[in-house]
Amino acid sequence: MSSTSLTAGRWRRPSVLPGFGLTFGFSLAWLTLIVLIPLATIFLKAAGMGWSQFVDVGFSPRAIAAYRLSFGTAAAAGLVNAVFGLLVAWVLVRYSFPGQRVISALVDLPFALPTAVAGIALTALYAPTGWVGQYLDPLGIKVAFTPIGITIALVFIGLPFVVRSVEPVLADLGKDVEEAAATLGATRSQTFSRVILPAIGPALLTGFAMAFARGVGEYGSVIFISGNMPGKTEIAPLLIVTQLEQYAYEGATAIATVMMLASFSILLLINLIQAQGRKRMGA
Amino acid sequence: MIRVQNITKRFGDYAALHGIDLEIQDGEFIALLGPSGSGKTTLLRIIAGLEFQDSGEVFFNGEDVSQRKVADRQVGFVFQQYALFRHMTVAENVAFGLSVKSRRERPSKAEIRARADELLRLVQLEGLGKRYPGQLSGGQRQRVALARALAIEPKLLLLDEPFGALDAKVRKDLRRWLRDLHKQMGLTSIFVTHDQEEALELADRVVVMDHGRIEQIGRPEEIYMDPATPFVSHFVGETNRLAGPSGGEIHFRPHDVELVAEGGQAVLVDNVFRKGGFWRVEGVAGDALVEIDVDAALPAPAVGETLRFAPTRQRQF
Amino acid sequence: MTMRATTEGFATRLVLITVAMLFLGFFLLLPLVAVFSEALKQGIGGFIEHVDTPDAWAAIRLTLLIAAISVPLNIVFGIAASWAITKFSFPGKSLLITLIDLPFSVSPVVSGLIFVLLFGANGLFGAWLAEHDLKIIFAVPGIVLATVFITFPFVARELIPLMMEQGKDDEEAALSLGASGWQTFWHVTLPNIRWGLLYGVLLCNARAMGEFGAVSVVSGHIRGETNTMPLHVEILYNEYDFVGAFAVASLLACLALVTLVAKSVLEWRFDLHGGAKH
Repeated sequence: MSSTSLTAGRWRRPSVLPGFGLTFGFSLAWLTLIVLIPLATIFLKAAGMGWSQFVDVGFSPRAIAAYRLSFGTAAAAGLVNAVFGLLVAWVLVRYSFPGQRVISALVDLPFALPTAVAGIALTALYAPTGWVGQYLDPLGIKVAFTPIGITIALVFIGLPFVVRSVEPVLADLGKDVEEAAATLGATRSQTFSRVILPAIGPALLTGFAMAFARGVGEYGSVIFISGNMPGKTEIAPLLIVTQLEQYAYEGATAIATVMMLASFSILLLINLIQAQGRKRMGA
Repeated sequence: MIRVQNITKRFGDYAALHGIDLEIQDGEFIALLGPSGSGKTTLLRIIAGLEFQDSGEVFFNGEDVSQRKVADRQVGFVFQQYALFRHMTVAENVAFGLSVKSRRERPSKAEIRARADELLRLVQLEGLGKRYPGQLSGGQRQRVALARALAIEPKLLLLDEPFGALDAKVRKDLRRWLRDLHKQMGLTSIFVTHDQEEALELADRVVVMDHGRIEQIGRPEEIYMDPATPFVSHFVGETNRLAGPSGGEIHFRPHDVELVAEGGQAVLVDNVFRKGGFWRVEGVAGDALVEIDVDAALPAPAVGETLRFAPTRQRQF
Repeated sequence: MTMRATTEGFATRLVLITVAMLFLGFFLLLPLVAVFSEALKQGIGGFIEHVDTPDAWAAIRLTLLIAAISVPLNIVFGIAASWAITKFSFPGKSLLITLIDLPFSVSPVVSGLIFVLLFGANGLFGAWLAEHDLKIIFAVPGIVLATVFITFPFVARELIPLMMEQGKDDEEAALSLGASGWQTFWHVTLPNIRWGLLYGVLLCNARAMGEFGAVSVVSGHIRGETNTMPLHVEILYNEYDFVGAFAVASLLACLALVTLVAKSVLEWRFDLHGGAKH
């Protein structure tokens, strides 16, 4: 049969559109070269270290302190962003007020502003002699060169993740379900906590997780404000850099591996949340 | 002449078409009618060359075109959502098929423009050439899509649910207009629809499909009056079903009944309302629900009354 | 004033808006203002004096060069990947999308580290490179690699949802009208995705020019040679040349503002034409 040859042995569904071989082949090759092979090296190198050496350098007291700091401040910043990001998204979606468009654009500033610039700017603000710091210092509140400063930098970096992930869901959530809740006798706060919040929950969680993941790995905006005291204000990414500068590749690799496994777990979690959300919404 | 021979198509585990055979004469206007999932759109796309069959052949005028690309089949295809190019004006859309021809075959710019104007006149959109598709109404877009498909002087015109995206009023007007256009041009055309009224009103012949099989091919009145299968009987027009005396089912239309004094079938009247020149009577006959039409010249049957009727025309399956 | 069932009272709204604005003011606006005010501390003259140095110019040139190489690479990849992913169905598609997004979940520092492990002096290919007198780490190729890695998903992730939504009808229509594959791409697909593409390119470019962590690891901080603008900011800052650091930083902040404005204009256009949806 002449026409059977059209589809024989194809692993993808045949299509009249041309260019699958070219574009798929190129994409896969480029992805492998730029992303997959380089990322695999790190696991290869880690695997070559042997378990005890890996644990020694990957979980040294200094490394553990760094993880604790990085994950702790990222979680704190994520929580702040979950609350205020939701508030900002709510205000931007539900209300109208002058300057809204400009403010909406401003929310993306952390995506556009180079992290090093954010880092020195925040330091200039929160250093004991800085614009804000000079008022906090007499009150005994130290921000720069403490975990609080790191958290502030991570709040800056993570905010758009929460806002941008909640905004579309909030906008999509039709007024009609709120009206339905109101006709059924729910108060405004009941409507919020029992109708709106559950609906945007997955998006809020996704935003939090993305801000958290980004915060754990963040470097540029943090190192200026953190003070970088080993065991106290030394974040995990900085520890990697320090190890590299001392040519301690094993240490750098082990710490990087731990961090990557952590971020991939978070990524997996995000995907699960989203899949769950999609399943429930029946989309 | 278009001939489709033993076409099968699977999507993964799902069999979309099982061994379709179909012959279409030059100048015919054919409707592929069926519920969603019946395979009608898949068949249309295979004829166009937008989808590939797993086995079987498609012949245009005796020539096997199964291996030929869509671009070389010279078929006009009107998409359900029109697929107009949003960034091009209406005229540019219509002229697209001519402007992408190789330099050797391409008409001059002036000829292309003249041809586009001519087609826009044909679809009654004269003077709208400079507009963008986004600035047109649904019915106008539909006609642009048609003009664009006609620009390449197709041997065959294929329309996927041509009226699906339109509201009822526009749909009716366009239907009449398309039928006139077909009469005027005589171009062999196939359209897909799930709307029996559309199929029966427009087509020379209707191909009724279900679950990837052809249930019946015939002229509209044949399909309506002599459905070949229970599916066709049920899908096209209103049908009552009663258990047959010797097993099987008896199908009859609500209007194919007469009231009888004795014998026949008893029906306990549940509900009565006026439907055109008839009383539509809904009731229970045995353990089946039936709907029959009673001449409105007679007094309206009362709810709770028992009527006796006999089908004047019925089919046994 | 009427109370409606589905909105808050005026006072509540005012409080919520005010709190949100104060939060944004403190966390976003104030740092931005600080950059420009610190940069202009010694007036325009001081600003120019600090920017107009050979090292600063070298950093600006290098940053532009890096972006000029890595952004087009990502455009080509982004278009190719989204064409394959959105116009065809094949098994493993969602895995491919996840892999493309991978660089987003890797710390910038780790993104630099992987290339050091591959091409550094002690790296997998270190000896071979040294033998052939090739330099990747502490040189421009390393910076390009790290930047391409960091910005890898930007264009693709803008295009994939857009092209998914647009479907294949337009392309099939073009093909049925006799257009070739390239004609279909140039005359139909590309115009359909141009704004989304530009959007992705904007974000990609902003990140490429502003990347710090990854580039910092592979660059070696050689003044006038492998210092990009963000790295130059760091060096000046660490040398207590605050005005200089903020002056160069303010240039990057301008880039960020231009990006934001262009991005907003695009978003506004999308809504206007219904281009993203439709």
